[in-house]
Amino acid sequence: MMNQETFSAAAALLPCWSCKGPVAARALFCSTCGAVQAPGQADHFTRLGLPRGFALAAADLDRQYFGFQRRLHPDRFATRSPKERALSQQQATALNDAYETLKDPLRRAAYLLRLAGRVVDVEQAGTVDDPALLMEAMEMREALAEAAEPEAVAALQAKAERDVAACVADLAAAFAADDLDGAGRLTTRLKYLGKLADEAKARRMRLTRHDF
Amino acid sequence: MLLQIHEPGQTPDPHADDRGLAVGIDLGTTNSVVAVSREGQPEVLRDGDGNGLIPSVVAYGEDGSVLVGREARRQLLERPESVVSSIKRLMGRGVADVKTVAGTLPFELDSAAAGGMVRLKVAGRTLTPVEISADILRAVKARAEAAQGKTVDRAVITVPAYFDDAARSATKDAARLAGLEVLRLVNEPTAAALAYGLDNGAEGLYAVYDLGGGTFDISLLHMEKGVFQVRATGGDAALGGDDFDHAVAEHFLAERAAALGQTTLTPAEAKQALATARVAKECLSVSGQGEWFIDLGDQPSRHALDRATFEALAEPFVERTIGICRGVLEDAGVTPAEVKGVVLVGGSTRVPLVRRRVAELFGRPPLANINPDEVVAVGAALQAEALTVGSDTLLLDVTPLSLGLETMGGIVEKVIHRNTPIPVALAQEFTTYQDGQDAMLIHVVQGEREMVDQCRSLARFVLQGIPPMTAGAARIRVSFTVDADGLLTVSARETVTGVEQQVSVKPSYGLSEEEMAVMLRASMLHAREDMELRLLTETKVEAGRSLLAVRAALAADRDLLSASELAAIETSLAALETLLTTADRAAVQAGIDALEAATKIFAERRMDRGIRQALAGVSVDQLDQTLPPDA
Ligand SMILES: [Zn+2]
Repeated sequence: MMNQETFSAAAALLPCWSCKGPVAARALFCSTCGAVQAPGQADHFTRLGLPRGFALAAADLDRQYFGFQRRLHPDRFATRSPKERALSQQQATALNDAYETLKDPLRRAAYLLRLAGRVVDVEQAGTVDDPALLMEAMEMREALAEAAEPEAVAALQAKAERDVAACVADLAAAFAADDLDGAGRLTTRLKYLGKLADEAKARRMRLTRHDF
Repeated sequence: MLLQIHEPGQTPDPHADDRGLAVGIDLGTTNSVVAVSREGQPEVLRDGDGNGLIPSVVAYGEDGSVLVGREARRQLLERPESVVSSIKRLMGRGVADVKTVAGTLPFELDSAAAGGMVRLKVAGRTLTPVEISADILRAVKARAEAAQGKTVDRAVITVPAYFDDAARSATKDAARLAGLEVLRLVNEPTAAALAYGLDNGAEGLYAVYDLGGGTFDISLLHMEKGVFQVRATGGDAALGGDDFDHAVAEHFLAERAAALGQTTLTPAEAKQALATARVAKECLSVSGQGEWFIDLGDQPSRHALDRATFEALAEPFVERTIGICRGVLEDAGVTPAEVKGVVLVGGSTRVPLVRRRVAELFGRPPLANINPDEVVAVGAALQAEALTVGSDTLLLDVTPLSLGLETMGGIVEKVIHRNTPIPVALAQEFTTYQDGQDAMLIHVVQGEREMVDQCRSLARFVLQGIPPMTAGAARIRVSFTVDADGLLTVSARETVTGVEQQVSVKPSYGLSEEEMAVMLRASMLHAREDMELRLLTETKVEAGRSLLAVRAALAADRDLLSASELAAIETSLAALETLLTTADRAAVQAGIDALEAATKIFAERRMDRGIRQALAGVSVDQLDQTLPPDA
């Protein structure tokens, strides 16, 4: 009888679509015939060869992403067989998905929470049960509505952006301490702060673009 | 452990000697340019007089003759009813999008053609913008073939970054009609950045300001160690130097009407006024003032214009470009000061007002050490070489416009946001809103606005056969896929039962497959052979892949075969190899199938060995090829 470990080792092998020999399920290319393989199931961190965690330097993310795209982008397969072109498009699509998700601190935080089995919806406007956050948002919106001069709006935008940066730093600390409850609260907070910063930016653009 | 990644070798193409290099084509509103690159050295292909620009003007003769370029442009004023210019402005567009001069279209439209794509009446024929663009591409192809002395059938063609899906599809269709395989559609500013960046070793954040005859694009790119990453892009697919001409023509015609009384214009007269205005614009880019004549219906009129007046006429359009630039900078979260350089592309950037306003916005003079007319074609040629021969550079581009679906109340639900890196695939779930609803209309739109009627409608299709359920119970998953050419495919699936419909988005303003087939037949005497040749080439590429795969497998696991089994496989290999020198597609396909059948047992034994080794504890790591990025 197989034990679990050897069974999964065998299950991690798939036949290569081109030479039909064994290929590790996570392999990008067949080690025997060099054919590009389908993107397997992998979380975004694994796909980009990055350690799973909130702390992530933009330069590291770019380096990994560019490195993988250099090998897998459809431009590298333009004269190959239709199957190879299709697989490369799937690979590049998966890389773009991973890159876009991890690049943005809010989406990265929500993704980490989802990997941990917690759901924070960053796309839809959900209800917030944090009265302090609601109050903060209301005050900011009032201040924005009252600010008539571009300078005043720019100052509010700068404040909103500082708040966002501070919240990202708090999130990093929460994830580092494995405080997922705290991280969940901060992720919701970050979502709202981000919206306020966007609103301030949009208002400033409307005020300064009188020539548009 | 670093593992060798085998690069599949290229199968020698028996026709390689007759086949020219893949070219880069800038299919412009005013002019087109073709270039080719050998070993990283791009070269613009010129006519005998050294002209790189091919005017994008087509003259149609009553006898069915077609003339493109300089000679056609000369005929523009002699027989304007038979000559078409600026056709790019109509690619993928509806009748409502066409510009008028003093209430008159510079083209005569076929009013009988209901809805959909614009059709022009020229020299007794009715032509779509796709067919007219195909005629330009045929001339471009002919120049490339004359220069190389070989057949040219593969090209990278550039499009404005801000071209929507309809215009991109139309461009690809035009190439197909002209007998060109499009290796890739590349955005014009991205191509320009590639040419400029490689030539100057540029690193960091650059803006490419591209003002052509009929389109405006602004792109922000980050260039680093051969990676050209588009960060944000914006523009207007109906804004360009032609608008300056229109404004000047309107000004001249207003003066004329004041002096001679109001006259109604024919399309031919509108064309003449436009041509005069263009000459005036070009003169005023180098001199301070001038005087021009418009000679319509034996009533000449004189028009003096100085640069200040011209700039006042052009200013609203230039300001629109500056506003769009600001928006793109904001989108990318970048201040003008962070931009290391601004590259100017497109003939309309020769207008001094444009240069001045761009310099003011970015706080630095734009880079002028490139030829704004040729840089896009040069970039396209470099990309054509990268795609066919290989290269260390990589272009990472984005979707210029958001893609979404119509939901209740005509509101757009965005599925893919603008500036998302491509290729991309995203899905959204919807549900039914009536009990027992068995069909759902999927309406795909493109644009940034919130209401459907303010966005461009790309396609509509109906997902049918939804099993009867209560309202809200069905789960309809609509998937959007944008490929590396920026072209969209949409599919919809009811996930409870798996009913599926897929459409490659053939836009509302596009040609149907049937129309394309008719045009292909009409335009190419050898359409069938051409199609067959293309299929043969594809099959041979596939055969090459099979040969390589089996040889690699034999090199690794030959010991799994008896002498007679090995001999049988080698016989199949040799047979397929021989078939590759023939032109019999069915035979090549049969050879591929025979090789697959001959290696079936071999493949099973190889999988068995792999699994046995894994079970015996041979580390998976030895089999696991994770990629060392930039090793
Ligand atoms: Zn293989």
